[in-house]
Amino acid sequence: MDSHALAAQTSETGHIEHAHPPHLRHHFETVEQQREAASFGMWLFLLTEIMFFGGLFCAYLIYRNWYYPAFVVGSHQLKIWAGTTNTGVLIGSSFTMAMAVYSSQVRNRAALIGYLLLTIVLGTVFLGIKGYEWHDEWEHHHVPGLNFSVSDFVHTSAAYPEDKPLPLDMAEKTQVYFSLYFAMTGMHALHMIIGVSLLIILLAQAWGGAYTDGHMTTIENFGLYWHFVDIIWIFLFPLLYLISRHQ
Amino acid sequence: MSTIVSLPDQSTATLPKVSYLNKEYGLKSWLLTGDHKRIAILYLISITFFFFIGGAMAGLIRLELLTPASDLMAADTYNKVFTMHGIIMVFLFLVPSVPATIGNFLIPIMVGAKDLAFPKINLLSWYLYIAGGILLMTALISGGVDTGWTFTTPLSTHYLNTHVITAGLAVFVAGFSSIFTGLNFIVTIHRMRAPGMTWFRLPLFVWSHYAASILMVLGTPVLAITLVLVILERTIGIGVFDPAKGGDPLLFQHLFWFYSHPAVYIMILPGMGVISEVISTFSRKRVFGYTAVAFSSVAIAVFGFFVWAHHMFIMGVSNYSALVFSLLTMLVAVPSAIKIFNWAATLYKGSITFETPMLYAFGFMGLFTIGGLTGVFLGSLGMDIHLTETYFIVAHFHFVMVGGMLMAYLSGVHFWWPKMTGRMYPEGLSKLAAVTTFIGFILTFFPQFILGYLGMPRRYAAYPPEFQVLNVFSTAGASVLGVGYLLPLLYLTWSLKYGAIAGANPWQATGLEWQIQSPPLTENFVETPIVTHEAYDYEWLAHKTEHDEVETVG
Amino acid sequence: MSEPTHHEQHIVTPKIYLIIGATLLVLTGATTAISYVELGVFNAVVALAIACIKASLVVLFFMHVKYSSKLTKLTVAAGLFTFLVLITMTMTDYISRAWGLW
Ligand code: HEM
Ligand SMILES: [Cu+2]
Repeated sequence: MDSHALAAQTSETGHIEHAHPPHLRHHFETVEQQREAASFGMWLFLLTEIMFFGGLFCAYLIYRNWYYPAFVVGSHQLKIWAGTTNTGVLIGSSFTMAMAVYSSQVRNRAALIGYLLLTIVLGTVFLGIKGYEWHDEWEHHHVPGLNFSVSDFVHTSAAYPEDKPLPLDMAEKTQVYFSLYFAMTGMHALHMIIGVSLLIILLAQAWGGAYTDGHMTTIENFGLYWHFVDIIWIFLFPLLYLISRHQ
Repeated sequence: MSTIVSLPDQSTATLPKVSYLNKEYGLKSWLLTGDHKRIAILYLISITFFFFIGGAMAGLIRLELLTPASDLMAADTYNKVFTMHGIIMVFLFLVPSVPATIGNFLIPIMVGAKDLAFPKINLLSWYLYIAGGILLMTALISGGVDTGWTFTTPLSTHYLNTHVITAGLAVFVAGFSSIFTGLNFIVTIHRMRAPGMTWFRLPLFVWSHYAASILMVLGTPVLAITLVLVILERTIGIGVFDPAKGGDPLLFQHLFWFYSHPAVYIMILPGMGVISEVISTFSRKRVFGYTAVAFSSVAIAVFGFFVWAHHMFIMGVSNYSALVFSLLTMLVAVPSAIKIFNWAATLYKGSITFETPMLYAFGFMGLFTIGGLTGVFLGSLGMDIHLTETYFIVAHFHFVMVGGMLMAYLSGVHFWWPKMTGRMYPEGLSKLAAVTTFIGFILTFFPQFILGYLGMPRRYAAYPPEFQVLNVFSTAGASVLGVGYLLPLLYLTWSLKYGAIAGANPWQATGLEWQIQSPPLTENFVETPIVTHEAYDYEWLAHKTEHDEVETVG
Repeated sequence: MSEPTHHEQHIVTPKIYLIIGATLLVLTGATTAISYVELGVFNAVVALAIACIKASLVVLFFMHVKYSSKLTKLTVAAGLFTFLVLITMTMTDYISRAWGLW
């Protein structure tokens, strides 16, 4: 399957009196092997993340089919400008992260620090906008379980005068929409928070000169994580914000 | 006992001066270790601890069921006891049992590596396991949970005021421990194989762990998110599963069983790996149909994702969907059968010896076959409607989990005990334990098939008096079984100090792990091995022993 | 690039990153705009299609899968496959639950 990893090893005839490169851990034979193992491990971790969010997407798919009208009006309560801006911000942060990895590859410390910093800023902006939206939804009583009222959905909504009011039983189902909305964006934001925290650590280390000395597995793997979180949002955005906007 | 191949004279064997056990001393050197072998020992100890707590719960359950009335404990206490028994045994014992102990110890050695790919993550996964265990014990001490190990909604989210959140968190955390173990194994098997160790030279133990790891990595996160939703529903009342808000409780079942059916294969595949090694070693033959056995593990892993709704036949899933899942369930029994047939064919004309691991392995083959076949009964729609939620199911899964996995675990622990500790277990006592376990097991669980068929429901503290005779048998059997499990605990502990010294290869087995000293060095191999022979190549071994190339001890 | 540890790694140039980033932004604008156009069921189809394209771009270029080993590609595929199993097999139930009952 991965014959080339094997070939890489056999060509060095088993035991090498390794002149131990600085970042090689004792149980790996070569740096190449270590790097591939780390990257493969990261991908497997992302695999688990796909399935973690997968459960939520599965729930979303089912309920959207069941309660389509409730999903439409629920979606119309979200601020489209906030969602679109945030998508842009996150894509921007993915770009800066990719550039950070690049800076690490070409060993440019100043650029690395700059791009990491930019990524942190963009990530924080995203979280800020998201927080603002959540606050707004709280004010409008759209948080199922804690603070919810169907009144926006049984009456004509101010923001969406074209939306016809829903019959009460369907209006109740907007709770499912908002439950999923909070679960999905909440899990996503949690990943963002973890990401930004890690970024701050990486920044500190890069400041100290790390990751521009040829060892960049950590930065690369973190980049994979960050892009993955971006991808989740790329799907969340149309699924949550863009349901029948034309209606 | 007649052996064709003479086992080496162990009276001359000595313990090596340096090994992973005595390289460093002190609690810290264990708690902060990165050595997969030490982590395996940590797991071994903690898993044994939880096994006996779970076992005590089982004892209480059987005691209560001695009489038809609910007299030993109140019905809701009974509910808590069987819930705790289930959660401990599934998540803290069976899921990590073979992989985290024996697998952790052996996978790197079997592929010819110095350690798992990520030693720190390996250690982290032990700490997560312990954190999960502590959380669960917290739930237990502060009053227990009574959802059943299945956390069924809306019971768990709305109707109980027991410690569902703590228990849910415990399973969540323990789940990540299992994810990290699986991840580590997959990377190690892909990336750390020694020169010449091709995929088809890997011992079948490695193949089955590879398959189980795939299930851990892909299945467990779905359980994690499901538990998160249950916890959110319970704490702040979001409405994903809550019918009052428009949610569908059946969706919980789908997501839960999407993990939990594959999880039953997480709980059996590593055991099957042990059995392959043991059967081959003690019949001195290459496993019959190596490739078929290897691929059947992968097939089990893949098919395992397509059958989960057989746990939901009477819950109101669509009939058409039930039909599909029923058919697919028949399919998943095929690779399991392939394994059983191939092991039988391996025995055929082999030079069989009846060492203790082999006795356990025979127990496995018989009991797992019964368990698997009754699974097929349960997978048939019509039968299931009669049998579901009765003791028939309880008997089914205990045949596969206890008769299968626990037997395999004990087989493996005995088989590799000399490798892990450098000492032999006492032969006579251990054979007695193996036989006791088998007899106790049959006595405990066979009557439950009949009880279930007659209609005794599971999960009740009381039952109609006409079921008493069979229940008395079952409880009697459980006491025998208890003895069968206590014995190894005692004599294995004893053997740590007083057991005969084992030497490097007491079984004359072919695996790489047997070609190094016992107990192994911290980095396993003196130099990276270069593999030139197939797995289970006894001729290669005989040739090698003749020329005395055996890597020496010490 | 002289690397002492001989990474045979493909370095993606900033130019490509820039192009991909810009494309992603354009697609974001497009998907928002299209959602205001009445397309019937195709609204959902188009929205998902665009999201898939965007995700593929990120995976292939930002995450370097285009230049990665077969194993990495296989890993990504395995994730998608299992996710599809989860939703399709669950949907077999939801789609057919009401059959024959009307
Ligand atoms: C050989 C193929 C197998 C088949 C066809 C099979 C089939 C089934 C079916 C259809 C059920 C559901 C019964 C019901 O709820 O009405 C079931 C339950 C169960 N099976 Fe199996 N099974 C097999 C192997 C295993 C293995 C290897 C294990 C574990 C190591 C296992 C563990 C369980 C458990 C724990 C339950 C009960 C879950 C619960 O409701 O608490 N099964 N099996
Ligand atoms: Cu099952």
